[in-house]
Parts: sequence; structure tokens; C-alpha cells
Amino acid sequence: MTTLLFAGGELLDQRGRNKRDLVVHHESGSIQQTGVPGSLEADRTLRIDGCVLSPGFLDLHAHLRDPGDEGVETVLSASRAAALGGFTAVIAMPDTDPPIDNAGLVTAARVGAEVALCQIAQAGCVSNAGEGVELAPMAEMVERGVTMFSDSGRGIQDAGFLRRALEYLSDLRTKEGNHVVLAQRCERMDLSVGGHMHEGDWSSELGIEGIPAQSEELMVAQSLATAALSGAAIHLQHLSTAGSFELVRRAKADGAAVTADVSPHHLLFTDEACRSFDTSFKVSPPLRTAKDVVAARAALLDGTIDAVATGHAPFASDLKERPFDQAPFGVIGLETAFAALLTHLDLPVEQLVAAMSWQPAAIAGLSNQGQRLEAGSPANLVVFDPNKTWTVDAKSMASRSSNTPFSGNAFTGKIRHTVSNGELVVENFEVTR
Amino acid sequence: MRNLLSIQDHDADELRGILKLAESFEVVQQREVPKVPALRGNTVVLAFFEDSTRTRTSFDLAARRLSADVINFSAGSSSLKKGESLRDTIETINAMGVNAIVIRHASSGVPQQITKWTDASVINAGDGWHQHPTQALLDSYTIQKRLGTLEGKRIVLCGDIKHSRVARSNVQAFTKLGAKVTLVAPKTLLPSALQRWPVEVTSKLDEVIEEADVLYLLRIQHERMGQSLLPSVREYRTAFGLTRERAKKLNYNALIMHPGPMNRGVEIDPDVVDDPRVAVLDQVAAGVSVRMAVLFHTLGPGQFDKPDDVDLGTERPTSRIRVASGVGR
Repeated sequence: MTTLLFAGGELLDQRGRNKRDLVVHHESGSIQQTGVPGSLEADRTLRIDGCVLSPGFLDLHAHLRDPGDEGVETVLSASRAAALGGFTAVIAMPDTDPPIDNAGLVTAARVGAEVALCQIAQAGCVSNAGEGVELAPMAEMVERGVTMFSDSGRGIQDAGFLRRALEYLSDLRTKEGNHVVLAQRCERMDLSVGGHMHEGDWSSELGIEGIPAQSEELMVAQSLATAALSGAAIHLQHLSTAGSFELVRRAKADGAAVTADVSPHHLLFTDEACRSFDTSFKVSPPLRTAKDVVAARAALLDGTIDAVATGHAPFASDLKERPFDQAPFGVIGLETAFAALLTHLDLPVEQLVAAMSWQPAAIAGLSNQGQRLEAGSPANLVVFDPNKTWTVDAKSMASRSSNTPFSGNAFTGKIRHTVSNGELVVENFEVTR
Repeated sequence: MRNLLSIQDHDADELRGILKLAESFEVVQQREVPKVPALRGNTVVLAFFEDSTRTRTSFDLAARRLSADVINFSAGSSSLKKGESLRDTIETINAMGVNAIVIRHASSGVPQQITKWTDASVINAGDGWHQHPTQALLDSYTIQKRLGTLEGKRIVLCGDIKHSRVARSNVQAFTKLGAKVTLVAPKTLLPSALQRWPVEVTSKLDEVIEEADVLYLLRIQHERMGQSLLPSVREYRTAFGLTRERAKKLNYNALIMHPGPMNRGVEIDPDVVDDPRVAVLDQVAAGVSVRMAVLFHTLGPGQFDKPDDVDLGTERPTSRIRVASGVGR
């Protein structure tokens, strides 16, 4: 097969929606041409009537556990999950074992990623071992293709260190001339230490130490002020509180170079979910109140939030079966993110795709992702059937882990095909390898 | 009732039913042989993942007086020390075919979590800061017995509310049974959000002590000092302790309660402990009757609404075996 025709569907990209057909050229990994329905021919044809074809999704935040914890996830298993979720690129957080904090490890990660069903873009640590003390050799990592840096586990607590990291990064450019970006986890640990869920009515009733909204908001304010001081752009990861969204909204109105993401679970669940003591709802930042969920949705709708990022965090079931206050934070999300949001969010599909495709691609500085659907563009594509209904079965996920908060949920909308770099990696709802 | 996980899951009628049943069991305990065959053939596991002498002993006695077989399982001597997971432990116990698991754990929510892994009834004997429902029931029983009713009574709970499972379950039980509850604590020892709690809150014990029908003192953990929640034991005693002077302000027929064990000289002055208003031993005694009622209610026929009709059976005195003293002499 050298050419593949998607016929009968709608194309959706930055310019809107259109009923057109599209031909992918396999060997060059690019779009050969688009055309009015019925006008194109190819070696093979896939009918996608009733479906939408768009640029593939990019996840700004996933923990692949590889190297170090391959029992719960590998690059291959995560990339299968990603492809089934419509992602053609995933930013791999560097908090592996060992942490990816130098160029040699970046190269090793790149070799390991060759088996993947989508692009695995390795992020690097800002500091050595992600400990927030010494700057990691970021320029060398940028030379090996790293475009995003994050001490994603704790976030950078020390404002002075954050300032120096941002200043050092601000001059670095990729080979393509793109900026690189520092992604900051927003949580003041001195205010959240010992907490396991949002501090409020439910933590008070359930007798679980809380994590106050202010622990996040203080760090958002601190990070915004520090970024302004350094003159560099900053990306804020996984915001969850109404106060955080408002801080970012105001900073953007003032012209600050800030972008931000939110995770699907913070758009869909509240802290009340923890009343069952089900650790599938123990996440970091914690699930917040109904007011915060409403604010998160509004922030996504009005552009305060630029991207949806899954925070995909696989854990072995025996860890997640611990008591609530001993279980680790995190849920998997690659396979369910798009379907969950398409089903439950009252958001135009164009905006949801934007927040999952070209907007995060722009933040990550990956120019081969999230491109317009036109001849010559890289063939990183997704085809979804907005009417396909399905039920999440935690036991049969492509991820090696099953810690999903959506177990048993029924969704409307599913990824039908995924094309990564010209290769059909998901065909009719199944991975091809 | 299949499980007893939280007072919140049960309405006032059901709580009253258990208290009524407990009265029947108190009568049983006054017999020459304080034992009934009601739960003969049932096996009750006492799974205590956190040390507790009084609660475990009380449940043990309650189960034996109902003729259930009792298995004691404690974290210290178990495979948990070898790294076995909670789930594996519970599934192992379950596979042995037990009827009830009475569980105590240092983490909130564990009793609810284990219901996924066992068919047995789960009875919460205290989980983290979350709930201690049988304590709430035995405290309600004690108040009802000594004061006639909880309806309209003013109950003042004083001390470390935030870290107290007793406070959470007692507030729910007391208010469901019609009492008015006031919490007294420094703000560092209060849960952060109390808007939904049906209580009044103050940090001034002296302002509310005179109107109390019950003064319920909670235990202060010494580790709270190291967490900057309290400056010192001395300062706590001055503001929140039941000193001799404060005891004089308390109504002459009010009750002084404490879940035990007491820190003498902190929550309560040593010479106040002997005050006739102190109901601590009544609480302990009520514990056995109430836990018999809870076990019977979860494992037995569950006819608690007509406790007088429940045939508890009788154990014939002749079945008692007298062991000659001086064995081996």
C-alpha cells in the first residue's frame, strides 16, 4: 500500500469543517491531496461516512514509566493506548527511573521510542534528577530534539531557581528555530503536604487530610510573577481551581506569555467522587468542587485554557488498592480522554479538537503535529466516529494499567482510525500492531 | 443491615432499633451465664490493623456472648509484615468462610474499600479520622441510659475534632437522635469545612460549659504538638481541659464522657476523674451490649424493630464447666 484514501467523511482543522476526501501517502508520511468527495483515487480506500477526520491529538503530559517501571507501562503499550485515543504524539514526562536529565538519556529514550505507534516526544528535566537544585544540561537536550522541560513530579518550588531556569531556557532554540518551553506543575508543597484530596466539605466529612485550592493558586501566582520577571514564556500544567483559571485569564489579558492545560478528569469529576474511597479518583491536583469544574469548563471555552492534557499516570493495581491515604496519585487517560470529553462536555467539537490537537502542538513546539489538512502536511491524523457508543472496560485497556476513573462509563464517540507519520496504526477501532 | 461502615448510612429509626436491641443484651449479660446461642455457627474475624485493647476486647466478648466463633487477627503478627497487601489479606480471610469482619485500620475508608473483596459483613471498628460507629452507638446508649433520652440535650464535644473518628461518628449519631451538638476546639484542631455539619462551633469552653448536658472530652495526641497544631499540653489544658474549677461550672447532673484512654492532667484533671458525673465505665459496659446488638443485627435475623420478640435463646447454667483450682498442685 502506498496511498490510502479516506472517503465520505468530513475534514476538520483550524479552518473549520468541510465534506472532503483525503489521500495519505504512506512512504513520505504526508498528505498527498484533498479533494471534493468522490474526486480522488488511491491504492486503498476506507469509507468514513458519518465520521470526522482531523489532525491527530497531542498529549502534553503523560508518564510512560519507561524506563524504570515497565511492569505498569512501556513506550509500546502507552503508544497503543495513545493511538486508540487518537493521539499521534505524546510528550513523555521525564520523571522516569532514571529521570531523563541529560542528552545521553534523551538519545536512549529516542531509540526506545522507535517501536511506538505514535510520536513519543521526550521532555527533559529542568533540574538534575528533577530535584530543583541544579540546572540540568538543557541546551544539550534541546540539540537532541527536546522542546519541553518539566520537573513534573513536584514542580519547581523555589522561585529563584525557576527564574534562573526560565532565563537560561529563553535563549534556546530547536534546530527548526522553535522556542522551547518550561512546563510547571503548580502546587506549593508546604501548603499541601500530607494531603490526599481537595480540602473542603468532603475531606472534612471523610476524615482525609486536604489539599487546599490555595496551594495551587499561590504557585500559579508565583510562577506567573517569576515568568514575567524572567521575560520567558511558561506553560502551567493541570490547573484545577477557579482561582487558578482567573489568575491565568488576567495574566493573558495583560499580555503575559503563558499557556495552560487542564486534564479531562478535572473537567468531569468533583471531590465528591472520593466519598467511595475509590483511589481511581485520587489524582494530583485533587478533584475539586462543582464550582471549580464549572470554572474549568468556562476557561476551556473562553481560551484561558489552551489544551487538554491527560496526565496519564499508570500504576500497578496493588498500589491503587492501598488505603486512600497510602495509594499513589494518578489515573490513566490516553484511551478515554477524547471520548469522555466529547460525551460529557457541552463544547463545540471544533474547540475540543483544537484543545487536543493544534493548540497543544503549538505549545510543545512540534511543527509536524496539528498541521492543516492539506497536500504536503505531515500525515498525523485521526478519524473519529462521533456516534459510536461504547463502554469502558478497565480490564481490557491497551495500557498495562487499569487505574481509570471511567470504568463502566458509557461514551458516545470513538476513535475509528489513527494515522501516525503516514502509517495506519488504528484501523476500525483496533490497533494494527 | 449488612454492613456497619458509617453512622451516616443509617437513619434515626435504625439507630434507635440497635439501641433497643442493646437493652435486651444488657439483660442477657446480667444472667448467671451471660451468653446466648443467637450466633452459634457464625465466625467473626477481628481484623485489627491498628492497636486497640478496649475495642477489640469489647467486640471479642460481644461475639463470644452470642456464641459466635471468634478469630483474632492482628497486623503485628500477620503476613502484612511480610508485605502482603490489604486485598490479599482480606481475600484470604474471606476464603476461609467467615461471616463478619470487624475491622480497625489507621486509614480512613478501609472498611468501605474491603467490601469489594469479601462477602462477609463488614463492621467498622474505627477507620482513620473517619468513623467509629460502634463508639457512637455505645455513647448514645450511655447518654440515653443516664439522661433518659438524647432528644433536646446539649452535648459539648471538646478537643481534637479534626483528627477524631469518634467526633465524626458521634456528631452524626447524636444529631440524628435529636441532640444539639457544640464543638469546642482551637481552629487548628477543627476540620477545615464545617458548614454542612449540624453543629455550633466555638473555641471557648467556658462560654458553653454551663449549658452542657454532656461534656464529651476527646483524647489529645501528643504528636499534635510537633505538627504546630498546639503550642503545648499546658496551654491546651488551660483552655480546653476539664480542670477542677471548670468541673464546678458543669451542671450537677451532667455527664462527663471520654472515649478513652484518658490523658489525666491534659483533657481532664486527675481528681476530676473520680467525679460521679464521669460516665467512662458506663461507656465501657455499654460497649459490649451495643456490639452484641450490632453483631446480631448484621448477622442475625435482623428483627431489631421488635426486640422484645427476638428469641435470643438461653444457655443452660449446667453447661458451665467448673475447673478445679490448683491444677498441678
